[in-house]
Amino acid sequence: MTATAMSARSDLTELGRSETALRAFLHGLPGVDQVGAQQRAAQLSTRSIKATAKAWAIDLAIRMVDLTTLEGADTPGKVRALAAKALRPDPADPSCPHVGAVCVYPSMVPYVAEVLRGPAGEAGPAGVEAVSAGARVVHLASVATAFPSGQAPLEVKLADTRAAVAAGADEIDMVINRGAFLTGRYQEVYDEIVAIREACGPAHLKVILETGELATYDNVRRASWLAMLAGADFIKTSTGKLPAAATPPVTLVMLEAVRDFRAATGRQVGVKPAGGIKTTKDAIKYLVLVNETVGTDWLDPDWFRFGASSLLNDLLMQRTKLTTGDYAGPDYFTRD
Amino acid sequence: MSERVAVRKTYKLYIGGEVPRSESGRSYLVQSGENSTANVALASRKDARDAVVAARAAGSGWAGATAYNRGQILYRAAEMLEGRREQFVALGIPGDEVDAATDRWVWYAGWSDKLPQVRGGVNPVAGPYLNLSTPEPTGVVAVVAPAAPALLGLVSVIAPAIVSGNTVVVAASPTDPLAAVTLAEVLATADLPAGVVNILTGRPQETVPSLAGHRDVNALDLTGVADAELATSLEVKAAENLKRVLRPVPANHDWYADPGLARMTALLETKTVWHPKGG
Repeated sequence: MTATAMSARSDLTELGRSETALRAFLHGLPGVDQVGAQQRAAQLSTRSIKATAKAWAIDLAIRMVDLTTLEGADTPGKVRALAAKALRPDPADPSCPHVGAVCVYPSMVPYVAEVLRGPAGEAGPAGVEAVSAGARVVHLASVATAFPSGQAPLEVKLADTRAAVAAGADEIDMVINRGAFLTGRYQEVYDEIVAIREACGPAHLKVILETGELATYDNVRRASWLAMLAGADFIKTSTGKLPAAATPPVTLVMLEAVRDFRAATGRQVGVKPAGGIKTTKDAIKYLVLVNETVGTDWLDPDWFRFGASSLLNDLLMQRTKLTTGDYAGPDYFTRD
Repeated sequence: MSERVAVRKTYKLYIGGEVPRSESGRSYLVQSGENSTANVALASRKDARDAVVAARAAGSGWAGATAYNRGQILYRAAEMLEGRREQFVALGIPGDEVDAATDRWVWYAGWSDKLPQVRGGVNPVAGPYLNLSTPEPTGVVAVVAPAAPALLGLVSVIAPAIVSGNTVVVAASPTDPLAAVTLAEVLATADLPAGVVNILTGRPQETVPSLAGHRDVNALDLTGVADAELATSLEVKAAENLKRVLRPVPANHDWYADPGLARMTALLETKTVWHPKGG
């Protein structure tokens, strides 16, 4: 590593100490060519992925799914069923991989943990070894920090986070304070992410930018850098609670940000588009985008995830079509 | 005065209330009228799959509509067909056949609120219960329309399926698809909800096997399949998820004769409810 890169790295860690430096850095980031980003994303989405490549992409996409339920009407029974599905998405086909994680509200974490990790005290999840020997386990993600608005005092957000981690979550999806970000109070957003990062302890931190409320791609790029500088392990597009959810151009801008961030600091950060990704076709478009923007390093459930609920069933139907030759129907998969 | 430039028509598919080209981009030539030819979309398996998705999406709304409403809409289809009589005649369909097809819509339209009474009712049971049976639609029906007569045959397979609340994906006559595409225009202007009828033109032997194997199709009407071997293989595929199957009809079938109730009743499920009697 060159001396300039080294000094750039130490400069970046210093940024969070002063609001002026942070603002100067974020506003000094090159602007996003809006039309260019949209066209690049549109052009990549025309790639045709067929046969064995498609089968590979579907299995990878299943492993990348954060199977999510974030409803006011969630019950322990519903999330238990969802967790069981996460371990064994297609009961009819043992070769089907498990999903990346289950994502629920903090109050539902204990019930999911029970299914994924077995009853308290017992070692290891009951079904996982059988599903895919030696493979990674299904992670347990929980939204926190007054999801989805993020409009709560910091103490409440910290308590929310600690409770979720204590209950067994090993990934925390936090929302940034968009109000503060949009009014230019970058230091406040930064400090909040740092504080939540600390409260997470060993758990991974995903920072939700809620790009639908950020208005411009320039803001998406700034928010991505801000979150990464503050220590995010993942940056995530949306809460899924707004009609404007993940789009390929927004994801492209975020992928470019994590690529540049790794080049500048050596630290790799993951990306998670969430909301509005419903079909296998959509998912494969995103995988093409990842491969063409940041390369194969990110084509892994540790570095790229889909926040989705209905996507999994479509992936399973397409998978069944490839293995049996007949189109599958939604009646043959659980509705969740 | 300069001569008008001819406004030529592109004959496309009818899926989910829209008229898309085939996803495959293919088309084929057919004879249209006396001495001209037309390009018609050559549907692919993916078009068939999209049509099933559209038909499934339309299912609950159409089945949930009142019988009265379904009857009105089917009657309106007859009105629209009557209004386009000349257009069908120009395509080479005999006037008699257009009239018979219009009458057939009207006949089936009338059945929408009578079918539950003929096929359902109160069953006498040995116990203090009120026992009711009502017919319900089967769901998504894949139909192979007869090759001829192009219009009357098509109407005679579509109308009995949708009158009870089913939705259909129809593989139209490969030799005479223009009548089917024009019928799609009739249906699109008849207030029929998008996706209730989906029409695929092209080679049925290409699209129908994927429909026969499709797990989200509930019934298969093989009326227009002339090749006995193909019919058998389709039945075998359909058995995979226990689809209801209507066997092919012989080539000399008289489509002008009274159709009877068979085509409607073959695509129904019976729901029976037991109610305890008070006292």
